[in-house]
Amino acid sequence: MSIAEIFHKARAENRALLIGCMPAGFPTVEDSIASMLAMHQAGCDVIEVELPYSDPVMDGPVIQRASDIALARGVRTRDTLKIIEAVSNAGAPVVLMTYWNPIEKYGVNAFARDLAAAGATGMITPDLIPDEAGEWIAAADEHRIDRTFLVSPSSTDERIAMTVAQCRGFVYATALMGVTGARTAVSSQAPELVERVRHANPGMPVGVGLGVGNGAQAAEVAGFADGVIVGSALIRCVLDAPDKATGLSRLRALSSELAEGVRNPAK
Amino acid sequence: MSAPVLPDLSGHFGRYGGRFVPEALVRALDELDAAYRTAKTDPEFQAEFRNLLVNYAGTPSLLYRAERLSEKLGAEILLKREDLNHTGAHKVRNVLGQALLAKRMGKPRVIAETGAGQHGVASATAAALLDLECVVYMGETDTERQALNVARMRMLGATVVPVTNGSRTLKDALNEALRDWVASVDTTHYLLGTAAGPHPFPEIVRDFVGGIGIEARRQCLDQIGRLPDAVAACVGGGSNAIGIFHAFVPDEDVQLYGFEAGGDGVATGRHAASITGGSAGVLHGARTYVLQDSDGQTVESHSISAGLDYPGVGPEHAWLHDTGRAEYEPVTDAEAMAAFQLLCRTEGIIPAIESAHALAGAARIAPLLREELGRTPTILVNLSGRGDKDVHTAGAYFGILDPVETLVPGENS
Repeated sequence: MSIAEIFHKARAENRALLIGCMPAGFPTVEDSIASMLAMHQAGCDVIEVELPYSDPVMDGPVIQRASDIALARGVRTRDTLKIIEAVSNAGAPVVLMTYWNPIEKYGVNAFARDLAAAGATGMITPDLIPDEAGEWIAAADEHRIDRTFLVSPSSTDERIAMTVAQCRGFVYATALMGVTGARTAVSSQAPELVERVRHANPGMPVGVGLGVGNGAQAAEVAGFADGVIVGSALIRCVLDAPDKATGLSRLRALSSELAEGVRNPAK
Repeated sequence: MSAPVLPDLSGHFGRYGGRFVPEALVRALDELDAAYRTAKTDPEFQAEFRNLLVNYAGTPSLLYRAERLSEKLGAEILLKREDLNHTGAHKVRNVLGQALLAKRMGKPRVIAETGAGQHGVASATAAALLDLECVVYMGETDTERQALNVARMRMLGATVVPVTNGSRTLKDALNEALRDWVASVDTTHYLLGTAAGPHPFPEIVRDFVGGIGIEARRQCLDQIGRLPDAVAACVGGGSNAIGIFHAFVPDEDVQLYGFEAGGDGVATGRHAASITGGSAGVLHGARTYVLQDSDGQTVESHSISAGLDYPGVGPEHAWLHDTGRAEYEPVTDAEAMAAFQLLCRTEGIIPAIESAHALAGAARIAPLLREELGRTPTILVNLSGRGDKDVHTAGAYFGILDPVETLVPGENS
């Protein structure tokens, strides 16, 4: 199923989609697969696999620490592809989130080919804006990978229109001006941004990320967006756990809470 | 043949440059670009900038003919004395220009990243002068090796934030400054320290430091009646090098040499030579040469000079390298320190270890140029900064920090 179809299915059920993020290879390749499957079984509709990168400027301390752990253990780009394949074969829809340099180093077209072969439906690029994405847009078209660019509260209407026009599958709306990490309150800028995206293209699903960490916040975002994207709070379940089993059980509990939230949007 | 005007409107130098940034920063970069376009042609802004350069920073800096060094190297060595500027380096030109721009854009706060601390001190200085709040990000490792500069920044009223992520050096300080900027663009100007990063920074920084080359070119014509045969500069991010190169790019008879930090030697893998030991990639907002592994992960750099210890380089240098207009070569820590000592002992000038890389490079090319030209060559060296901040590093290197003199003149070179 393509990411757009998954969004439409959720819309038909009158609920938002839950997208849960986890870095590939954190803390090990096997453990990250187990985490992602646990998240899916507990209610994450889509697994956002983050390719660990040495200089993740859009990420806060939690994701950077998790990525650093994966990199220090020697995780490689090809491990990320293997993880995507395993998770996707187990029935969980996968999108990849990645900074641009590792893809350019792999070879843009070769990566799109291998990503599609691994079963991913889409790719989110936090530091690649459509202005610089010519090669990626062509490769994604050729290999039928949905491409998700980001829009921000600071984006002009012209840029939102241009960016949405280049997105396939869904648009990633960054709820606030800042980096990833759970916050105590959902940004007040988010509903307006979603509205502006809808104005540019009413049919394009909008996922909202940055700052969501619990069921109540998920419900709040689900009240105005098509998708709720959660990363740091989920990763923290594993990062802070004393052992693997506790980590997985916390991950399941939070995923269920968030899934419950997106099914009961705040009005 | 006239060279193309670069960067193009979208900030590209050939295939390099551009903007590889989170969308959240695009509006700020567009605003900065628009503000800079107007300032560039605004006589009032230019007059204000020139006034600060002349009456505050102390430019034009001297062009000094280093007689004893020239004798030693068998070449006419002209030193562009950027070390004599206020705050002791070329960087003051860039920070004054950018702080004026921040004022013009109505932004009351500036942030900066720093490695050796020189850009941090310069930023804190400009912020104090123009009444701006200043926050400086500095890798924790660098705050330890440059404690004196941390104290300077604090004296000038800046807040210094030690960065504990990643390798705890300049690269991580830059990431942290970018993160701060994503969250604070409405009130904050990112006072980027080198001719790197996303468009329009490489162009803005180049233009603000471009006075180095313009002055040096005129001073050469005035003092020796002709242009130099070669220009030599050290390259980390590359601001001092692009500053002195730019005015000479159309002078095809003038050879341009950038000397990168070769650390323990490029072959050892412990170096900061992004062009000679790296490959094309994307880092910190631009496509350029980067030290990276086969997966595109940034590799830690190494140099005895904290100011050159950076795994990337400005995109214009990447382009000058690919087109062959400038040549880039690595200089090892040992070569740089030998040149450092040579300048101290021949001219009574303690250079920044960064600048010592350029001096070592000049020493290397002198005999080659002599042979090629069949006469004594003239080499213009950008003495980009003074060595006060490096006294501890150099003292440790030469083993002369003990109260008892252990260094015998002529040894340890």
